Amino acid sequence: MPFIPHTESDVREMLAAIGAPSIDALFEEIPAALRIKSLAGIPEALTEMEIGRLMQQRAARDGKPLNFLGAGAYEHHIPAAVWAIVTRGEFYSAYTPYQAEASQGTLQLLYEYQSMMASLTGMQVSNASLYDGASALAEACLMAVRAHRKSRSARILVPANLNPTYLDVARAITEGQNLKFDVLPYEAAGGTLTATSLDAYRGQDITAVVVQQPNFFGLLEDVDAIADWAAANNALLIAVVNPLSLALLKPPGEWGTKGADIVVGDGQPFGVPLSSGGPYFGFMTTRMEHVRQMPGRIIGRTVDLDGKPGFTLTLQAREQHIRRSKATSNICTNQGLLVTAATIHMSLLGAAGLEKVAAASQTQTSALVAALTRIKGVKLAFGGPRFHEAVLQLDREPGAVLEALAQRGIVGGYDLSRQYPELGNALLVCATETRTDEDIAQYARALAEVTK
Amino acid sequence: MQVMKVMQEPLIFTHSRAGRSAAGQYPHAAVCEVPEKFRRKQPAQLPEVSELQAVRHFTRLSQLNFSIDTHFYPLGSCTMKYNPRACNQFAMLPELLGRHPLAPESASQGFLACMFELQEMLKEVTGMKGVSLTPMAGAQGEFAGVAMMRAYHRARGDLERTEIIVPDAAHGTNPATATMCGCTVVEIPSLPNGDVDVEALKQALGPRTAGIMLTNPSTLGVFERRIQEVAKLVHEAGGLLYYDGANLNAILGKVRPGDMGFDVIHMNLHKTFSTPHGGGGPGSGAVGVGQRLLPFLPIPVVGREGERYRWLDARDIPQTIGRLSAFMGNAGVLLRAYVYMRMLGRTGMQRVAEYAALNANYMLARLQQAGFEPAYPGRRASHEFIITLKRQAKQLNVNAMDFAKRLLDYGFHAPTTYFPLLVPECLLIEPTETEAKEELDGFIEAMVAIQREAEQDPAKVKGAPYTLPVRRLDDVRAAKQLDLTYHRG
Repeated sequence: MPFIPHTESDVREMLAAIGAPSIDALFEEIPAALRIKSLAGIPEALTEMEIGRLMQQRAARDGKPLNFLGAGAYEHHIPAAVWAIVTRGEFYSAYTPYQAEASQGTLQLLYEYQSMMASLTGMQVSNASLYDGASALAEACLMAVRAHRKSRSARILVPANLNPTYLDVARAITEGQNLKFDVLPYEAAGGTLTATSLDAYRGQDITAVVVQQPNFFGLLEDVDAIADWAAANNALLIAVVNPLSLALLKPPGEWGTKGADIVVGDGQPFGVPLSSGGPYFGFMTTRMEHVRQMPGRIIGRTVDLDGKPGFTLTLQAREQHIRRSKATSNICTNQGLLVTAATIHMSLLGAAGLEKVAAASQTQTSALVAALTRIKGVKLAFGGPRFHEAVLQLDREPGAVLEALAQRGIVGGYDLSRQYPELGNALLVCATETRTDEDIAQYARALAEVTK
Repeated sequence: MQVMKVMQEPLIFTHSRAGRSAAGQYPHAAVCEVPEKFRRKQPAQLPEVSELQAVRHFTRLSQLNFSIDTHFYPLGSCTMKYNPRACNQFAMLPELLGRHPLAPESASQGFLACMFELQEMLKEVTGMKGVSLTPMAGAQGEFAGVAMMRAYHRARGDLERTEIIVPDAAHGTNPATATMCGCTVVEIPSLPNGDVDVEALKQALGPRTAGIMLTNPSTLGVFERRIQEVAKLVHEAGGLLYYDGANLNAILGKVRPGDMGFDVIHMNLHKTFSTPHGGGGPGSGAVGVGQRLLPFLPIPVVGREGERYRWLDARDIPQTIGRLSAFMGNAGVLLRAYVYMRMLGRTGMQRVAEYAALNANYMLARLQQAGFEPAYPGRRASHEFIITLKRQAKQLNVNAMDFAKRLLDYGFHAPTTYFPLLVPECLLIEPTETEAKEELDGFIEAMVAIQREAEQDPAKVKGAPYTLPVRRLDDVRAAKQLDLTYHRG
């Protein structure tokens, strides 16, 4: 019996203590008509060796293609120490630190994480994580509506060059709460937002403006101007950022004269493998004045009975297990273990290491763009400053090109044509520090072949 | 008594020295191309430590935790069972870790096959017609469930149905979820025997009823015996039934929510299917639905056409409630649950509920024999049960929290305290099926010893714990003098 330690004599003694004739008798309160005899549709058990073989086969079937796809999930080097520590049973098999005295390891780590994220984003406070970047944006929009007491509209301006899935998720999660999302067009030639697209809303009651830096096309937005526009128009500013980019880029807390109000994003670039899209983690930082509107767990430092410093869950009056229907969110268990990975990752890399990783990713993307645009029929769509992704224009539909590349073991990028038909045959590509010059050359050769 | 080796570890920032780093972890030659206007002026305050300093620091922090791997962890409602190492190892095969979520389907058939089979197995154990794996935790599964119920009523033009009925014993996430979905909450009481008050339910039902959210067995640790009648009443009133799968471990292979009459269910894969709790996640809150809610499942879902697997999205499920995560939810957690389910197999899965119930009923019987008071005497325990310490609180001034803290000194993680809210001074105890009898006996002996201490030297119990890295923490100070981040110097 896998994972069940009971011997026959254990069972006998335990039933005798209970005074029950059989294990089956323990289920006697379930109406007989509802009881089932077996789970016919479940296969017979496999041993660890057998399931191991099956999983190896399944994994081998998908192979290890050379990856040039980003679009919200990025392949970076992860130090060996990160997952060696994360999978220690004391982190891996613990739970939410409800008993603070028996959870100081997790609690202190989360406090250190909060400190790092606040500094990285230039904000005052951080929560201990949300599910992922997309749902973090949904929570940020709901939080903005709560925090902006003077705005009555629950109207949020979102740029068209925001990761389109993030907007889908924000709409799905806020659907029951009457938020209104107005989509701001980007400037056709440059791929970024302009003051003109915002000016259509001047003087109106806007609860919040969302801006993604770098935007979904990998381009850098004039975030100072957008932050100042939001401040001048009494709207809160929600920043969606790639945390790795902040090793190089101005932190949202310093955007414009006032800075962003809420900063969210996906923490995946920090020590979290691609892993088919999850588990990743969402992060959220904000100003101290909004802390009571923030969703999710928050850790505080305090003292114990002897005056010794220690850590504990705090501001729990915001949360579902206390406030029930009046909570800031229904969020409970989320992505603690991934935050553990990110905290170790940030500690190992440090600000200087992360800056080098970010810069190398940017350099390799430039090399990729240079190599691919030498191919006939491939052009760079937007020439402005970028981080580590770029939009290419092809002379044919990207879907078929990507399929042909996949046959050659290359995951070639993200087909933008369905969500952005105005861009034509557009392909979003990405290189990180993990792509070598030879990898890039291999992609260029393959692309030249399949577009011949 | 357990004495921990590492008692304290300074903040990582105190190990930091300017210019120190784990230099083997990043490329050195890269030059930043970002124009000045966009650049960061001051580096973030991250630690500057060596690789060994980081490894030692975080290893020491880990040693300050209780966990399943180190301690009995009978935290009621959380199903802290053994997390088999194989599940972790096989979910972390390099190809699976390296798979980009948007990789072409042609390069994803192995992964998709696992996900499709997981959906099929979850349908079988719950008796539902369709499953979506995308919700990232129980609370998101609840959200998906209530959003689907809302979408169903709306699609029928039944726009007035916005009330969600929730028993007073429900998890806090239930009412919080109803609010998030734009619904109002109608709370109904439980009877003294732990069952739902059916008369109160009848009063609450009406033309505004969207549905009811139930946990069965309930958070009171007992099976809802009148579930068929409840289902009939709710359906006759035009409402739907939502099953909170927090306690699915108790009934796995014994009775199925679909057969009880539920229309929608979320499962906590990190509970019933043993994926790690990770110090607060990741979880996974897969949802299952009956026929009526199939058109509204959150996307993406994995479909099969002949021998090929493919993603189903809004083109296939046009009435979907939409996407709840950027990709497909916590894929790595789903892989772990898949491996676990394949290792248990058909009969292993039924044994889960059997031995979880055996352990819970054994502990209940022994504690009762030792003089502790069950909250629902005369009832069978499900996979968990509640004892109430109201007598100890009144007579000895030693409450449930004091017992919980003192248990830590005896080397046991405390049960869930003060939940459910309607039982005074309660401990909700869930041993799970993976614990051996000796472990349960040790816990019972500790409870008896603490009871003796409470009678002879109550101050000793009230001052606990003594052997952990910290003693009881000042939560009031934590909330009043907020210290949420470290600032240098």
